[in-house]
Amino acid sequence: MLDSSGGSSDPILTVDKVAKSFGGVQAVKEVSLQVERGSIFSIIGPNGAGKTSLVNMISGFYKADQGSIKFDGTELIGRSPSGIAELGIARTFQNIALFRGLTVLDNLMLGRHVRMKSSVMSCFMWWGAAQKEEIHHRKRAEEIIDFLRISDLRRANTGELAYGLQKRVELGRALALDPTLLLLDEPMAGMNSEEKEDMVRYVLDVNAEFGTTIILIEHDMGVVMDISDHIVVLDQGEKISDGTPDQVKADPAVIRAYLGASHLQG
Amino acid sequence: MYYRESGYYKTDYKSDMSLYPLPISRFAAFSLLVLFFLAAPVVMNEYYLTLLSLVAIATVGALGLNILLGYAGQLSIGHAAFMSVGAYTAANLATKFDLPFLITLPAGGLMAAAIGIVVGVPSLRIKGVYLAIATLAAQFIIEWIINHSPEISGGAQASIEVPRPTLLGEKLESPVELYYFLLIVAVIAVIATQNLIRSRIGRAFVAIRDQDIAAEIIGISVFKYKLYAFAISSFYAGVTGVLYTYYLGIASYEQFQLGVSIDYLAMVIIGGLGSILGSVFGAFFISLLPIAIRLFMESVGSIFVEPDVLAQSISQLRQILFGVLIIVFLIVEPDGLNRLWINIRNYFRVWPFSH
Ligand SMILES: Nc1ncnc2c1ncn2[C@@H]1O[C@H](COP(=O)(O)OP(=O)(O)O)[C@@H](O)[C@H]1O
Ligand SMILES: [Mg+2]
Repeated sequence: MLDSSGGSSDPILTVDKVAKSFGGVQAVKEVSLQVERGSIFSIIGPNGAGKTSLVNMISGFYKADQGSIKFDGTELIGRSPSGIAELGIARTFQNIALFRGLTVLDNLMLGRHVRMKSSVMSCFMWWGAAQKEEIHHRKRAEEIIDFLRISDLRRANTGELAYGLQKRVELGRALALDPTLLLLDEPMAGMNSEEKEDMVRYVLDVNAEFGTTIILIEHDMGVVMDISDHIVVLDQGEKISDGTPDQVKADPAVIRAYLGASHLQG
Repeated sequence: MYYRESGYYKTDYKSDMSLYPLPISRFAAFSLLVLFFLAAPVVMNEYYLTLLSLVAIATVGALGLNILLGYAGQLSIGHAAFMSVGAYTAANLATKFDLPFLITLPAGGLMAAAIGIVVGVPSLRIKGVYLAIATLAAQFIIEWIINHSPEISGGAQASIEVPRPTLLGEKLESPVELYYFLLIVAVIAVIATQNLIRSRIGRAFVAIRDQDIAAEIIGISVFKYKLYAFAISSFYAGVTGVLYTYYLGIASYEQFQLGVSIDYLAMVIIGGLGSILGSVFGAFFISLLPIAIRLFMESVGSIFVEPDVLAQSISQLRQILFGVLIIVFLIVEPDGLNRLWINIRNYFRVWPFSH
């Protein structure tokens, strides 16, 4: 097993001996890792390895049984999911979780909710503070709509969109928060190669243009090896490897875990 | 690309967010205002004006329940209990402290909101049927407390007479004056609700209703916003209770029993869940339906049955009809009467090219 590849100088996220079990199933077993600020950090592993569970603990959706998760020095364990979002952590879901009855625009504006502060009173009054704030944030939402090239879908209900577009809108909703840390759980799953290429581009652009740190769960090894700065491999809840793409690719533990599974081709 | 004239963008978004983006909607809203403010008091006799006054009061209550049920997706069977909180708050302030109407009105709303929060904190952690039962319990508990506390309810009759409301030194005496005042309150309530709904808070309500897990993940504290919805809805209920009280000249818990909570549920379901206009439609429909039933029964029914039997059957018929209508609308037309308006509007949007 390889260890963290040399001096992590500026970690944005530090996961320390985090574990989670469901009944008898130990989904995550004392996993530790460090995510470098501004990096693209991938978590890979076979189905059921505990990748989603780990991300769920970071976003506060699951509460870790033990350990610590520090985001810029702030302990995340024990915070509510909305409290974690307020810190600037956004995510997408493996199974899309858009507001299906609402438009693309409304979904994105909801993504900006934590950045908006109008009080109940000023919302009732609207003219003045609330309207001004709405216009201000609407501009940012429109920028993201342009960035993701979904201008013509602005008024479409997200439930009516094709699968690949729903994934893109969900990315948009996460981006609308202006996150410093973005968690993407299989953003390319079920996409055709063209859609996948688009999504890879967006991920790279977000990372480069906005400086957003990205934690990516993805099965496509070609993509993962291509775009990741750092990779962690989970297997049956345990971290079995941790390093750069080249280090992970050459790690015997990884090869053993994937033996028989045809995932690792890159 | 994103930076082109922010000035232009601003006005563009502003009109994009306006309350009535469609000309037909603007026209309808304007016509209604003219109708109710100018025409109604001229062409209608006092009896009809009092009916319209009741509709105006009901509109405020229906808007409140629609915020909670239609927008935030939380069922309450205790709406009327919060009206009674507002009613007795105002009545006590008016009689014991001689406070004017303009203070007792918001005070009743605020007290109802406060009690709403007290009830909401334990209740809103549960969902669906359990929440329904919790709010039903609140209905009975609040009713019981008011009824058994002479300090609140004013003694044996559990009712307190209030003076006629005074506004800026003027007593609102005649039905016309009362009508105008209630109409203005209803219009303010409609506009305030429209504003709330198009703001970040209204959007958060809808998000919680549609997908509470995703809402929490993107940073909407589901519990906090449910509580907001409950408190705001209770505020509207409290104001409604105060308006009823001044309208009737007396605060009486009998005006705010379980049946009234059901009436308001009928209003928002039949009018249209998650629709402001629907709340108004529902208020009209449910307020005027009993009168329509009575007129009908008195003209047609009297041919068949004795007058005293008739009087009894009218109130029963009303209950049955409400029940049936709620079920029919839930199954057949969940968008309620508001759907009718949307259909009409869409027809005229493309008119005369309607094929
Ligand atoms: N909410 C849950 N309840 C019960 N078991 C769960 C739950 N979430 C995950 N698990 C279990 O934890 C293990 C890891 O699942 P998951 O984190 O989804 O894996 P991955 O995302 O790597 O495919 C699996 O055995 C899964 O069945
Ligand atoms: Mg998963």
